[in-house]
Amino acid sequence: MRWRAVLPWLFAVIGVLLLVLPLIGTPEYVVTLATLMLIYGIAAMALDILVGFTGLVSFAQGAFFGVAAYGVGVATTEMGITNFFAVSGFSVMLAVGLSVIVGLIALRAKGVGFIILTLAINELMWGLAYQWVAVSGGDNGLIGFVRPELFGISLSGTDSFYWFSFGVLAITGALMYLVVRSPFGLALKGIREQPRRMKALGYNVWVYQYMAFIVAAFFAGIAGVLIAYYNEFVGTSILNLAQSTQFLIMTILGGTGTLWGSLLGSGIIVALQNVISNYTMRWEMILGAIYVAVVMWAPEGILGVAQRLLTRRRRGRTAAKGVVEVRPGDEGTPQEGKG
Amino acid sequence: MAFFVQNALGGLAYGGLLFMVAAGFTLIFGLMRVVNLAQTSFYLIGAYVGLALLGDHVNFWIAAVGAGLVVLVIGVVTYGGLLHRFHTKDLTTLLITLGVSLILDDAALAIWGGDPLSVPSPAHLTSSMTIGGAVFPVYWLALFGVAVLVGLALWFFQQRTRFGAIVRAGVDDEEMVRGLGVDVNRAFYVVFAIGAFLAGAGGLLGGPITGVAPGLDGDLLALAFAVVIVGGMGSLSGAFIGSMLIGLVDTFGQALFPQLAYFTIFAPVALIVALRPQGLLGRKEI
Repeated sequence: MRWRAVLPWLFAVIGVLLLVLPLIGTPEYVVTLATLMLIYGIAAMALDILVGFTGLVSFAQGAFFGVAAYGVGVATTEMGITNFFAVSGFSVMLAVGLSVIVGLIALRAKGVGFIILTLAINELMWGLAYQWVAVSGGDNGLIGFVRPELFGISLSGTDSFYWFSFGVLAITGALMYLVVRSPFGLALKGIREQPRRMKALGYNVWVYQYMAFIVAAFFAGIAGVLIAYYNEFVGTSILNLAQSTQFLIMTILGGTGTLWGSLLGSGIIVALQNVISNYTMRWEMILGAIYVAVVMWAPEGILGVAQRLLTRRRRGRTAAKGVVEVRPGDEGTPQEGKG
Repeated sequence: MAFFVQNALGGLAYGGLLFMVAAGFTLIFGLMRVVNLAQTSFYLIGAYVGLALLGDHVNFWIAAVGAGLVVLVIGVVTYGGLLHRFHTKDLTTLLITLGVSLILDDAALAIWGGDPLSVPSPAHLTSSMTIGGAVFPVYWLALFGVAVLVGLALWFFQQRTRFGAIVRAGVDDEEMVRGLGVDVNRAFYVVFAIGAFLAGAGGLLGGPITGVAPGLDGDLLALAFAVVIVGGMGSLSGAFIGSMLIGLVDTFGQALFPQLAYFTIFAPVALIVALRPQGLLGRKEI
């Protein structure tokens, strides 16, 4: 069977498996982990819109994720908002609002400068959460909000919250799929490959990149709302370097430019973290080693490697160049300073 | 007045320690296009190693050099083992250094634990001075002085030595330098070693001000970014000016808006990026 023909079936099987996961006697902690995987997956997939489709490598995804999570904490415990949709709307808007400002600044820089600025935003948000104790609760974080009840169904249970997260993933995943398949998404791909040529064709490259940045932040915000309710707690650890950069390694590990690869990457990282944490305290060290190993030996990610192996077997040729290997000076950020 | 003098001196001292980190960061990027995210992890390791040496009654300055040398070895191993082969692939090397920084942080946590430690000033510099009604530790001046000396030494190395000329030529047109038969790879190793050494030694030198704790490296990384964005990536003098500017802004920010302290450094960064994306002394094409 051909690779392309297998794929939809594979997705269907995985999708059905995920849907019925709590029903087939899965241990509760596995369902809890699967929920985490879905939540991280949303943010990582959204990041893929930037990394894989637009060619912009951003570390700010964790900042938007974290800020939205803090939004939930602040809205519920400090502003007294109880309506779930109001809380979510507020938190997602917080992330989007931040991305509107950050995007304006970060996209002024080119190539590596953009990456550094987005990384700096992360650290700044961490610093803000750590030091602005009056709002963020500082080191203690924010506690005292619980999972909501939606349309008469309480989400406090492990299974119900899993299905809720699955539903959100299904909707946001479909939306993201539509985004990357839309003319807008195709233009992003064009910008990834040939920013100058796209500019010559009359596309306002900067606006497209800016929009992609905001779209990614929007979905990261949704995931951030979920993680806040998942933990029923928000603390500074959500914004620390290892946490907030993990989305990028999830995306790369799965395979950039595939959207679904990020979900796979999220699943692998979450599973590894929990398996390894049973044996050792040194998860962060191993995560670091995973970064190094993936970037050195499998920059095109698992889906990329799989595709390469399958293609090679069939046609005896090598394909699938890693998206990580961005050509110097062609990273997709505006080539000219004024954009 | 006392408030102003106090914070101005504190800011310069803090700028001095930032320069110890940022100088290597900017030199390494300038020559090799490697964004070394592990640079502040080098600082952290340097601080811990230096502290351990102090515990063995080693002289403060010798301990700083020792910490620098230990980190230098870590740096050279990192560069030779992981980074060198990905030369010119800036994103690949950036991600590798991120992985290395996670590994080093976790190793530091495993070896030295999670409790914040304080670093004593060197014995002969523990006294205080009074200028304009402001009382401040003499060590602040010493740290600023060290940074100036390091800056001058680096400047001399870069502008007045044959090796520095190779480095500068490598920054401008690496292929041409290779074509002329110069061993640029050796320059890469030396520059990375210098950067690691400075960060490691800076760890102990800055220790009396920053202390040592897990997470310190992330804290400093944002400040180091701010320094090189303001000063311009790859520019040594830019790194010095940026360090002092960010040191001052951060110190005054801590004093005036304690809750938003960390955030105040964002203002100059945003301003510079908006008006002059390449930084004060940076070059256009970066």
